[in-house]
Amino acid sequence: MTAPTTAAAPAERQGPRGPAPRVRIRFAKHGKVRFTSHRDVARIWERALRRAGIPIAYTEGFSPRPKLSFGLALSTGHESHGEYLDVALREAPEPVAVERLPARLRPVLPAGIDVQSAVSLPAGADSLQQVVTSCTWHIEVGDVTPPDAATAVARALAAPELTLTRERKGQTVTDDVRPAILDLRLLGPVTEVVAPLAPRATEIGTALEAELATQPRALRPAELITAIDPTWTLTRVTRIHQWTQAGGARREVIDLGPAATPPPHAERRAS
Amino acid sequence: MSSVWTQLEPHLAGVEKPARYIGLELGAQRPVPGQGAVSWLLTYPDTYEIGLPNQGLQILYEILNERDDAVAERSYAPWGDLEAVMRRARIPLFSVDTHRPGHEFDVLAFNLSAELTYTNLLNCVDLAGVPVRAAERRPEDPLVAAGGHCTYNPEPLADFLDFVVLGDGEEVVADITRVLGGWKASGRTEGSRQAVLRELSHVEGVYVPSLYDVEYEPDGGRIRAVTPRFADVPERVEKRTIADLAQWPYPKRQLVPLTEVVHDRLNVEVFRGCTRGCRFCQAGMITRPVRERPADQVRTMVTDGLRRTGYDEVALTSLSTADFSGIEHVVQGIVDDPASCGQVSVSLPSLRVDAFTVGIATQIQKARRTGLTFAPEAGTWRMRQIINKLIREEDLYGAVESAFSSGWRRVKLYFLTGLPSETDDDTLGILELARNCVEIGRSHTKGPSVKASVGGFVPKPFTPFQWFGQNTADELGRKISLLRDAGRRARGVQLTWHDPKASLVEGLASRGDRRLGPVIEQVWRQGGTFQEWSEHFRLDLWLSAMADHGLDVDWYVYRHRTEDEVLPWDHISAGLHKDFLWQDWQDALAEVGLPDCRWTPCYDCGACTGYGIEHVVASATPPAGGSQGTGQDLSTGHLPGAVPVALRPRPLAGARA
Repeated sequence: MTAPTTAAAPAERQGPRGPAPRVRIRFAKHGKVRFTSHRDVARIWERALRRAGIPIAYTEGFSPRPKLSFGLALSTGHESHGEYLDVALREAPEPVAVERLPARLRPVLPAGIDVQSAVSLPAGADSLQQVVTSCTWHIEVGDVTPPDAATAVARALAAPELTLTRERKGQTVTDDVRPAILDLRLLGPVTEVVAPLAPRATEIGTALEAELATQPRALRPAELITAIDPTWTLTRVTRIHQWTQAGGARREVIDLGPAATPPPHAERRAS
Repeated sequence: MSSVWTQLEPHLAGVEKPARYIGLELGAQRPVPGQGAVSWLLTYPDTYEIGLPNQGLQILYEILNERDDAVAERSYAPWGDLEAVMRRARIPLFSVDTHRPGHEFDVLAFNLSAELTYTNLLNCVDLAGVPVRAAERRPEDPLVAAGGHCTYNPEPLADFLDFVVLGDGEEVVADITRVLGGWKASGRTEGSRQAVLRELSHVEGVYVPSLYDVEYEPDGGRIRAVTPRFADVPERVEKRTIADLAQWPYPKRQLVPLTEVVHDRLNVEVFRGCTRGCRFCQAGMITRPVRERPADQVRTMVTDGLRRTGYDEVALTSLSTADFSGIEHVVQGIVDDPASCGQVSVSLPSLRVDAFTVGIATQIQKARRTGLTFAPEAGTWRMRQIINKLIREEDLYGAVESAFSSGWRRVKLYFLTGLPSETDDDTLGILELARNCVEIGRSHTKGPSVKASVGGFVPKPFTPFQWFGQNTADELGRKISLLRDAGRRARGVQLTWHDPKASLVEGLASRGDRRLGPVIEQVWRQGGTFQEWSEHFRLDLWLSAMADHGLDVDWYVYRHRTEDEVLPWDHISAGLHKDFLWQDWQDALAEVGLPDCRWTPCYDCGACTGYGIEHVVASATPPAGGSQGTGQDLSTGHLPGAVPVALRPRPLAGARA
């Protein structure tokens, strides 16, 4: 096998003005669409970008793919106030106006995937996998009363170590996940309106909020719950924040400002 | 209008691939029925990933929703894990569009593309909360209907279907909607079900099984007669055929799913019908005549479709796309369109076997070139004359040579075994062809791969082979063993085969009669759903159900039929004269081929003359390449001149041999 000749090399790889520009997009995932998988979301984005006519760069070789990279996968069924993806653009006659991207992308994405913001990335910027250090999660567990949950949470936080056995690359690994729990709080009961015409709320579980580290290895909400009490069942999980470190403090990867953060449960309207 | 979404939602996190149940596809509609609008639930009786791409269902979905007097939503068979949840939590079958329960619709309309989905149809009806037997349905229940290729023998499902639609659906759904609108307006009172079905039987292309009596011979064997119960009910129900595909540029808004499905690409139908005349091929017989879409419309549908969907692949679909007049210009135009940025690949799902076709494929599949598929169907020229698939060995080798020499590395060949008068030499010819293809490949690439896929032949209604007794499962198994033994010595040939036991059950349903209804019902009641999924296929259920109802598998599947036999589908018409089919069957046994009537004089099969329509073909001359019965000397298969093939191989991106 020989390398392709210069003539055949795609122009987008290395334009005259340096490497292809990249943009970082923040979007929410709420409602019915939360049942799509991480791979589904990647495919949805590929098609949406083509529909919007945004000049994306492709990988080279036998089967060219659009150059998109996502951060930490969101499990199927979980919602998120802030997901991220980086898109490499190809040289185009007209440079892409990054501030207009959300408006161009919103109409070509399915209901429940809402583009919130897009920014240009400086050349050589770290990948999402590198920059995100922790995530804050809203976690609802079913059939557990808040007092019982409080006891279990306190016990887990007080324990010198919290071991969890997980599969990793085909191998079973047992390790202490306590250091990955940066914060864990009880929010209160989860209620459900049983009769829409005569509202009467019933308690059906407990809501928690947790900040979980993503490095060196991410602790997932489902794993956290298993570590606290394997009999609990997750009913609803929402990623509230994805944090990065900047100047010794943590901040959102793309901060939308306080006004833009949806209250928890706002997403229910979408489903 | 209600929705089961809030009941369903808490369970979705616990089932496999929940995105199959949420709808939200690009192109999905949330129709709001107007006063009196007839509501259709278009249902594919298999999983979402198999059913979503079905073009017939998508076409009707759009056409019905464009009407003021109809709305249409879609449903698919829930996988077993969700079905268990639905039965436990009493959640009925629902539409993916608005999650409206199935029993709220006026019609549950099924697409039937495969016999092994019949038990799934019953399961879907039952999940919708509707009695599975048509006779037990109440005035408030929806009507249960079916269309699609399998409905050319609807008899095994006669107990379960209120009505059946034959042929192209584009026009007939409007006629049906009008009739059902009147029924709805009348309040669907007691007895109105019978009246509306009677009225539907007057619509051309609609068959109402309950309006026909079937008499059997006193020995309980053959059918003596099928007769309408009323004078106004037609003795024979003719299929519907649209004369001009150009009037129906559908789907205009093809559905783009959020999750993975089969054939996940833009599909543009370039023509309907086929007159190559392959004798085993039901699709080619029942969809005649050939109706091409104008090339300009194809281009527009491709350009608009790619822009709208964001797909990077388009398939030009038909039963033999290389036969489309001017195919090379059309595909070249798509590839060269600046809007596609060089990233769009074109696929031709049914390639003709000749070098010309490979030339087109080579030009257009610049990226993602993995494998090419051809269907010689049989291993020897004698056998291919019998089935009228008039490919010479040289055609195949020329095609394979072109493929390997222009950079393809894998070739897949489709074959049938268990064909009429097939000898072991014919069967082994399959392996011989495959082995020779590997040899050809060796001179071009290091490790050529030739995959031979062998399916057991199942005779289908409205083909010349409808009289032929299918090979037994044991015989098919023996032939596959012959091939496997020979295949062990053939390096580079990979053999795959279809389970002969599944072919047996397909044979039962394919040519069965009404007496099979209780068998299908029993298999379903005993849990035999998703029978086309090998991990769920249960031959034991079928055999015991046949025995329990005193029916003989050999008689239904393995028996040759005679010319005078009343076939279970004789009161149905695909436009083909029965004597044409019989003559073609005799020609087959005499090893005589029949040319393609698009470019040769009419031999009066009945499809055009019976309906007063004609082939719509843009080119008066056969396409270059010429194999498969165009301009061939049919006694030898030889062509008068050289095949006019101009190959323009393009350099491959990346890998180069």
